[in-house]
This record gives sequence, C-alpha cells and structure tokens, in this order.
Amino acid sequence: MRFALIADEVRVAIDCDAAIVTARQKGRELASQCGFPSTDLAVIATAISELARNIVRYAVRGEIIVRRVDDNGKRGVEVVASDDGPGIPDLEMAMQDGYSTSGGLGLGLPGTRRLMDEFEIVSDFGKGTTVTVRRWKR
Amino acid sequence: MATRSRPTAQIPARRNPRAAEDSAEATREGSEVLLPELVAHLRKSRAQLREEWARRITDAGLLTAMTPEEIFSEATSVYDNYVEALETGSVEMLENYARSLSERIIPRGVETDEVLGIVLLLRDVLARSLFEKYQSDFDLLNRVLDAYEPAANRIANTVGVSFVQERERIIREQQEAIRELSTPVLQVRERLLILPIIGVIDPQRARQLTEQLLRGIRTNRAKVVVLDITGVPYIDSPVANHLVQTVEAARLLGAIVIVTGLSPEIAQTLVNIGVDLGKMNTVGDLQGGIEEAERLLGYKVVLTQEQPTAQST
Amino acid sequence: MQVPILKQGAYLIATVQSALTDDDLKQLRDTLVVQVSKVRARGVIVDVTALDVIDSFATRTLRDVAHMIRLRGAETVIVGIQPEVAFSMVKLGLTLEGVSTSLDLEEGLAYLDRKGKGPEHEVRTHRR
Repeated sequence: MRFALIADEVRVAIDCDAAIVTARQKGRELASQCGFPSTDLAVIATAISELARNIVRYAVRGEIIVRRVDDNGKRGVEVVASDDGPGIPDLEMAMQDGYSTSGGLGLGLPGTRRLMDEFEIVSDFGKGTTVTVRRWKR
Repeated sequence: MATRSRPTAQIPARRNPRAAEDSAEATREGSEVLLPELVAHLRKSRAQLREEWARRITDAGLLTAMTPEEIFSEATSVYDNYVEALETGSVEMLENYARSLSERIIPRGVETDEVLGIVLLLRDVLARSLFEKYQSDFDLLNRVLDAYEPAANRIANTVGVSFVQERERIIREQQEAIRELSTPVLQVRERLLILPIIGVIDPQRARQLTEQLLRGIRTNRAKVVVLDITGVPYIDSPVANHLVQTVEAARLLGAIVIVTGLSPEIAQTLVNIGVDLGKMNTVGDLQGGIEEAERLLGYKVVLTQEQPTAQST
Repeated sequence: MQVPILKQGAYLIATVQSALTDDDLKQLRDTLVVQVSKVRARGVIVDVTALDVIDSFATRTLRDVAHMIRLRGAETVIVGIQPEVAFSMVKLGLTLEGVSTSLDLEEGLAYLDRKGKGPEHEVRTHRR
C-alpha cells in the first residue's frame, strides 16, 4: 500500500484487502480536519469503505482520492474512486437496490448515494469506473 | 525623493482598445515594479495615514459601538494586514484576520455597512496619498493606480465577504442551539426516554433529533424510547424516511422506539413511502405510549388503597 | 489481527479491538463457529464497540455468524454499535435483520440470560 499526502488531499492505492481500511482511515482523518461532526465522519468513512471494496472486488486495482473542496464558502469533502476494471455496462441497473452480478448486496452504489450529498459515476464496459461523491458541512 | 524606474522600451499605457494588449502587458510589468514601491510608501506613511483614516471613520459616524481606543487598535491591525495583502498578493492572512475581527465585533452590534464603509474609507485614504505623491507625473500616476486598484478592490471584497460569512456562521450556530433546546430528551423512568417533538421538522432538525435520540439511548442506557409527534402537523417524505431510519438505528442500539401521536396525515405519508405501519411500534397518544413502554419494561402501575391526606401526622 | 474470544460460563464473548479487514472478519466468523461447537456455548456476544465503520461486508459477515451459530443451537448478540455507525448502516440500507442487538456487554449478557430462561421472560414487541 502506498499513499501520498498532498496538502488537502489524500491518495490511497487500492490493491488489496487491507487498503480498504487504510483508505477509510485516511479519509476519515482528512474529513475530521475539515471539522465534520462524528456522525458525518462515520458516514464518509462508510462510503469510502464501500467504494474501495468495489474496486478490490471487481477491478482488482484502483485508487481512492479524498480531498477538501470549497464551493463559495461551502466546505466539504470529495471522494474519487477510480479503477481500470471491467466497467459497468448497465449503470441504470447497477443503481437499483438489490442488483448484483456476484451475489450478495451488489455494488452498494445506491446505498453509497444515499450516504452522500452528491454522487457522480462514469463507467462503461471495458473502460473502467470512476465514482465521485461529495459531502458538505452544514 | 524616491527613485522610480520606468519600464524600458515600452510605450506608456494608454486607454486605447487597439493597444489593449500592450496596455495589459505594461500594467503587469508596471505592477511588478511599482507595487513594492507604493507598499514601501504606505508603510512609511503608516502613522499619518492611519490617523487620517481613524478620523474619517469617526467623521462618517461609523463604528459607534466601539471606543476610540478600540478603533485605533483595530485600525492598526487592519492597516497592517491591508498593506501586507497588497504586498504579497495573498489575501489569506487578511481573510483570517477579517474573520477573527468579525467574530469580535458582530456581538457588539457592528453592521455590514459599517465594515464595508471603513474598508472603503481606507482605500480612499491610501489612494489619495498616492495621488499626492505621484501627482507631478500623470503617466506614472496612472500606472501606480493600475497597480493599486485591482489589489485594493480585491481586499475590500475579501473583507466584506469574510464578514458576511462569519455572520452567517454565527446565525447557523444560534439556530443549532435553538434546535437543541427545542428537542429535549426526558428520562422518566430507568431505561425509558421520552422525546416530545413540537412543530415542523425540517431536514436539519430531523438530523439533530436522530443524534439526540441515539446519544440519549447510549447515555441513559434506555431500552424504550417514546417519540411523541403529537405536536407535529405534517412531515414530508424525506423526513419521514429519516424517521424510519432513526427507529431502525435505535434498534441496532438495542432499544425499541414507540411513536405516539401519529396524525392521519403523517400516517399516510409513512404508508406512501412504503412503511409497513404494522411493523412499526405506534400508539395513539403519549399516555398510551408510556403505558406500553412501561409494560415492555416489566413495570406494572398499581393504584394503592391509600389516598393522599391533607395533613401529615 | 486476532480478535480475543473469552469464555464466560456458557457464553463466548468476542471483543473486536480495532478496525478489521475483510479477511479478519472472515477469520472471526470461522473461529466463532468452530469454538461454539467445541465448548458447547449457548450464546455468543460480538462486541463491536471499537468499530468505527460497519459496512455492507461487515454486516453480511455478522449476519452469517448469527445464522451459522443458530444452526449450532446457540444465540448471537451483537453489542456496542456506536450511534454514528448505526446511523450510517441504516442510511446504507443495512439493518442486521434477524440478528439480536444490545447496547453493550452487560445488556447483551442480560438478554442471553433471559432468552435462556424460556420464552415467557422475553421482551416482546407489541403490535397494534
């Protein structure tokens, strides 16, 4: 596992099981520095965990970036989970609760979307996946 | 007399659209050379300009909530931060100062127009000083102002915005405090909590409710929580969803939530979002809810034979 | 990362100390299942107070633990879920349905004791 600290940003390479824990711990630390209350920290860490797990399960390798964001005084945290995996051919299906190709609770994408304020996903068959989520401080 | 260097091989800037590019180029070059110079001038004349500014503030009837000593002290800090911002081009320090200043003066009743007023006055005082110094050379004066104006405007903007943001932050904090006060968590018996909610529940209040409920369960080691929403006229779907999630989260902490005072409208909202009311613990009114809670906890309320007497022996 | 498992009377108590990787969780599940049979435990308590995140995989594994242990005739109680964690789980849509949960170790033990005594001592939820 390698990670680099670039000011208000944390990058964690996701290439094994243990990296999931590292990603959410580092992400949590950064969010904590932003001043998020403990409830939000748990929510953000859980979202990172879900996204990182998807990478390990379906793409084998990828990266999680957690960074501070500022939108005209509104402060928050952004998590970008990207991988060069097989991609998701049918995004609409994947965003439905209960969808899964490998059994179990599926990609957890709808759940992750519920956890965060903003959710964007770019993915296509053979082209990898990038999920970007944001949560703002109230 | 201060030495000044002219950018060589450059036609002095003219306000001419054709030469706009040249003008911008000259402005940039000029700024690089002139800015340090005018900063030096402003530093040198610090005492005199600061005094003039303080006088102008009083004349304009601003900052009446503060004493002359306070105004002087803050004026010094603002002046120094202002000049520093001009010099470094970075408004970060100024932002921080503006915020801390706002934190101090907002409770004193200083208003936005006053803050903007004094910053603009300082801008004027400094500009006049530059006019005076460079008046003999119109071209140079133009270039000095080209260097000064954008920076000064940015500073005024920064201070104004910081002040307003600080104000908004304080208002949010107060709202939060009010919300907390309006959602009490009452422990009536061991292991039994009551949360009476009155009024409309907006998303923020809903979130706070959840936090207080869950935290209350932990702190009081409650096994049953009666959530009374008799005083809530209606809730929208997102808040209803949130309520259901709160009840589920409470279960993960080993507690049962009984919702009482469900109006027909709210019951309908819950049904609409797909809640099986049969699965949810609901009781008509608060009293019924408390009785149910006591029953669940194994209490039995028995009326004894003795009646209370007026006098004691 | 080993999770310490203690035997207390007829119960096994597994106390999670820190963040668990997916492999750790699987190992815990398998160990508990084996131990329950080995010591003929009647109940298992999994104390997750130290977990700051319980995501879909952890939830699934805990459900598996409870299910597999029930097949061996014992009852599982998950205790110590933090308020923030509970909220995140619920928001994510994970409810640990069918798994007993209690506030902490003390409550968990009390619950197992009550359950052990028979159905008439159980706290029942009232349906309207």
